Amino acid sequence: MTYLTRSPWILHYDASSCNGCDIEVLACLTPLYDVERFGILNTGNPKHSDIFVVTGGVNEQNREVIKNIYEQIPDPKVVVAVGICATSGGVFRECYNIMGGIDRIIPVDVYVPGCAARPESIIDGIVKALGILEEKRARMRQPDTGKKATGGETV
Amino acid sequence: MIELAFLIIFPTIVAFLLLFISRGAFRDSVVKIAALVIGAGSVYLLIRYYNQGLVLFSAPFEPATEIMFGIELIIAVLLLYLGIRYRKYLAVVLVLFQTALLLLVELVLLSDAHPETNLFIDQFSLIMAMIIGIIGTLICVYSLGYMETYHTRHPEVKDRRRLYFFMVFVFLAAMFGLVFSNNLLWVFFFWEITTLCSFILIGYAETHEATNNAFLALEMNLLGGIAFAGALIYVLSVDPTGGLLEIENLLASGHAIALIPAVLLGFAGITKAALMPFSSWLVGAMVAPTPVSALLHSSTMVKAGVYIIVRFAPVLTGTPEGLIIGLIGGFTFLLASAIAISQSNAKKVLAYSTIANLGLIVACAGVGTYKLVWAAILLIIFHAIAKSLLFLCVGTVEHRIGSRNIEDMSGLIIRMPKLAVMMIVGIAGMFLAPFGMLISKWAAIEAFIEAQFGLIFVAILAFGGSLTVFFWSKWMGKILSFDPNAVGEEKSVKVEKWLVLYILTGLTVLICLIFPLISSTLIEPFVLAVYGQTARLSQDNLIIMAMMLFLLMIMPFSMLISGNNGKKVSAYMGGRPTSPDLKFAGSMGITRDVTLTNYYFNDMFGEKRLLMTGTALCFGLILLAGVILAGMIL
Amino acid sequence: MISLWTALLFIILAPFIGGLVSGIDRKVTARMQGRVGPPILQPFYDVGKLFEKENLVVTTTQNFYVLSYLVFIIVSGALFFAGGDMLLVIFAFTLAHIFLVLGGYASYSPYSFIGAERELIQIIAYEPMIILTAVGMYMVAGSFFVSDIAASSLPLIMYLPGVFIGFLMVLTIKLRKSPFDLSTSHHAHQELVKGVTTEFTGPSLAKIEIAHWYENVFLLGVIFLFFAFSIPLALAALVIAYLLEILIDNTFSRVKWQFTLRSAWIIAGMLGLVNLAVLYYLAGGLLP
Repeated sequence: MTYLTRSPWILHYDASSCNGCDIEVLACLTPLYDVERFGILNTGNPKHSDIFVVTGGVNEQNREVIKNIYEQIPDPKVVVAVGICATSGGVFRECYNIMGGIDRIIPVDVYVPGCAARPESIIDGIVKALGILEEKRARMRQPDTGKKATGGETV
Repeated sequence: MIELAFLIIFPTIVAFLLLFISRGAFRDSVVKIAALVIGAGSVYLLIRYYNQGLVLFSAPFEPATEIMFGIELIIAVLLLYLGIRYRKYLAVVLVLFQTALLLLVELVLLSDAHPETNLFIDQFSLIMAMIIGIIGTLICVYSLGYMETYHTRHPEVKDRRRLYFFMVFVFLAAMFGLVFSNNLLWVFFFWEITTLCSFILIGYAETHEATNNAFLALEMNLLGGIAFAGALIYVLSVDPTGGLLEIENLLASGHAIALIPAVLLGFAGITKAALMPFSSWLVGAMVAPTPVSALLHSSTMVKAGVYIIVRFAPVLTGTPEGLIIGLIGGFTFLLASAIAISQSNAKKVLAYSTIANLGLIVACAGVGTYKLVWAAILLIIFHAIAKSLLFLCVGTVEHRIGSRNIEDMSGLIIRMPKLAVMMIVGIAGMFLAPFGMLISKWAAIEAFIEAQFGLIFVAILAFGGSLTVFFWSKWMGKILSFDPNAVGEEKSVKVEKWLVLYILTGLTVLICLIFPLISSTLIEPFVLAVYGQTARLSQDNLIIMAMMLFLLMIMPFSMLISGNNGKKVSAYMGGRPTSPDLKFAGSMGITRDVTLTNYYFNDMFGEKRLLMTGTALCFGLILLAGVILAGMIL
Repeated sequence: MISLWTALLFIILAPFIGGLVSGIDRKVTARMQGRVGPPILQPFYDVGKLFEKENLVVTTTQNFYVLSYLVFIIVSGALFFAGGDMLLVIFAFTLAHIFLVLGGYASYSPYSFIGAERELIQIIAYEPMIILTAVGMYMVAGSFFVSDIAASSLPLIMYLPGVFIGFLMVLTIKLRKSPFDLSTSHHAHQELVKGVTTEFTGPSLAKIEIAHWYENVFLLGVIFLFFAFSIPLALAALVIAYLLEILIDNTFSRVKWQFTLRSAWIIAGMLGLVNLAVLYYLAGGLLP
């Protein structure tokens, strides 16, 4: 265990969700689930976060925004797609304005399906993401320790 | 004595020489050589007299005074002519009144007065002379390049550079005369000359605004001149032999005699130093070319106002009148600092900051304990250097970017890196530890606590000081922000301008390092001679300050250490993708620019509101002092 | 008068104490909200993690400002614990914060720009009261040196109750607690993002956090001075004062900057100045 897995800060972005999953994400922060127990904080700023939690599918309007936010998260970072829309586009997949799941734009590490995804499964997904985060950190350090780590294209 | 006379007469000769030179290159070399000579002269003066304490010289009284009287009458006629020509009848009335008082002094009261020692020098005069001789001449050299650019930029302004340099050098001579004169009559003469210089140089551009502001400055300074003349009349009526005309004798004569002239001179000083009811003239004076603002309206001429008050601080201390003068200074400090927050015009910010700091100096001198006088003299030194540097920086920036608005200085660190760093040094010198002004403010806080009614001033300093932090920091932040639209444009600044700016920047830092030396060789002996005791900072604090300064100087090198400086990404824009120049797609497909502007808090710190408060408050205090004074005279 | 040992002790121990206090703070806050809350050591995990992260910058000068901020916070704290001049400590403290503000300005990002301006507003809101606190201590203890104030046998709190309350008020601003968390807040995601710290990532953010720990220990040190005549009482006062701050944090919502500035100044003016004026009058100037 490193510090990274004890203090994952998440950034939650609502791509084009119906708000169902968003409410469940916020439910994780309530006293009932209290994810701060695991050191998880909901930050409002990509530059401070480690885990990018996205709800809803990608459309024309937010495609660039998702990319931009992803680029502004410092390495190591993981992406968790929450809800079926974020994983594949869900029922909106065939919509004229929807491009599909988040993985059409940025590499996704953990998929949390569900409509809406339950808080338990969201927390589960984030805990799973921690493992991947740790792996990424190890890989970031390993290849050539002298050089600076390059961000973005590892996955 | 020959040195003193040289420093007064030589600039006068150069001034008349410059009046007849119209060729640029020749003028350049004359000004530079003269600056070098005057600078060297004042340094020689320092070496010659720094350890001699107060030295009095018996200069011939009659012939000099008669020449001065003649010149004063000529000036009065000139001012009357200009007043009538521009229909400024208030100025005309004031000139007439002052001339009447002067005639009374010269023709009636002076008949059997024979002051002996008319020139003197002590450590305080030396400090003032150094400021005039070094900073003043540096500004003269700077103005060569500045005025050239000024006239190419403002083709509508008539090229009167001969008059400009004539006035500037006459001004230098007058300032030297002012600080070397032990005779109040002579001080008055030089005082009037500086008023005239200020009047003519403010009106240099000959625009409607410039003329109006010049007359505003003239009228307010004439009010002070009338008070000054009143002091002369009082002194001569008390002692017709004129012995009390000598400042040293007057100071030694004790409260009973010296208080009334001291208060009148204090009033004159308040007008000259542009404290609150009279602050508008200094703000208006910013229409003058920037070197003039730097020379007359921040580092030297306005300092003449505080010089005279600091001189008379031993008389004022512990009296209600002194307290009132101190309060006027204190309120001016507080309110002018607040007003500076609401200003975006860099020169106006500098003007208000100057007014504020002059207020602080007067507050120190008015309360006038020995510790406060020590702090006041430190303030005079630090302020003169840092403020002239800032004015010259703003002047240079203005000519490059075509604006004196702080908002337009965004990203200056990219556009003009060297100048930006100098500006930062100047600004830091105005309010940050461990630089100069802060040291003096600190000393002032410590000194005020022990003074009578000092708590009021401590509160004023606590609140006013934090206001100062606000307007300087936001200016600093604006300069240092990495505006993506900024491109380098520093070229084409003249070598001599760079030289002057480098020297002033170096001085700002150097003075922080060697101020304990200045304090121990000049300020402390002066305070000791006047009060019999003196103040100084504790050794521990000096060491810590030096360490902080050292740390500040080495910190920037941390940027040079190669290591992981981080990967560059764009700024966070709420996820909105932006182009490199920070344009982003807004709603409805409109492309929008990012513009960032500072806070100005106009509804809280608006100029109009606070100026009214300050004028009312300080005017009331002046009336109060007037009533007390009238009571004393009657 | 200056003791290097205590300064060194501060430099070494303060991060641990500060981090621990911050951890307890988060735990208590969670309990007040009916949550379990993070482990007590969570702040250390956070900072450890931030050092493991990549450093993203908008301009590399940000690194310089953050480093200077940290260094000068340590300098001012060390000076305080070494028993140095209180006013010099305050000025060094202001200098450190100006570096943070400049770091915010440097990136030319709207959020950090607004945050920097708001940080400045906070500085001008709390500075008068902090200076008045130092002045009050001088009036009672007769010296600006922290070592003398701490050694004074007079109970400062008895002479300076108004100043103490005023100091607690600005302490809320300094600890970045609601209702005065204007410049960088954990809660204002939408409107402020993270204010002045928005553009700092990884190691830079970690340095800011550590500086904040140092700062908190220094501020607790000032509270200690009020009760320095009795150490058990002082420790109790520290605990109560800090718990009070946490309670305030959890019971108030963020106010506008106008309110912050006005209220801080009015409190400083009313409580602080009136207290000092009474002291001034009663003692005829100064106590021994």
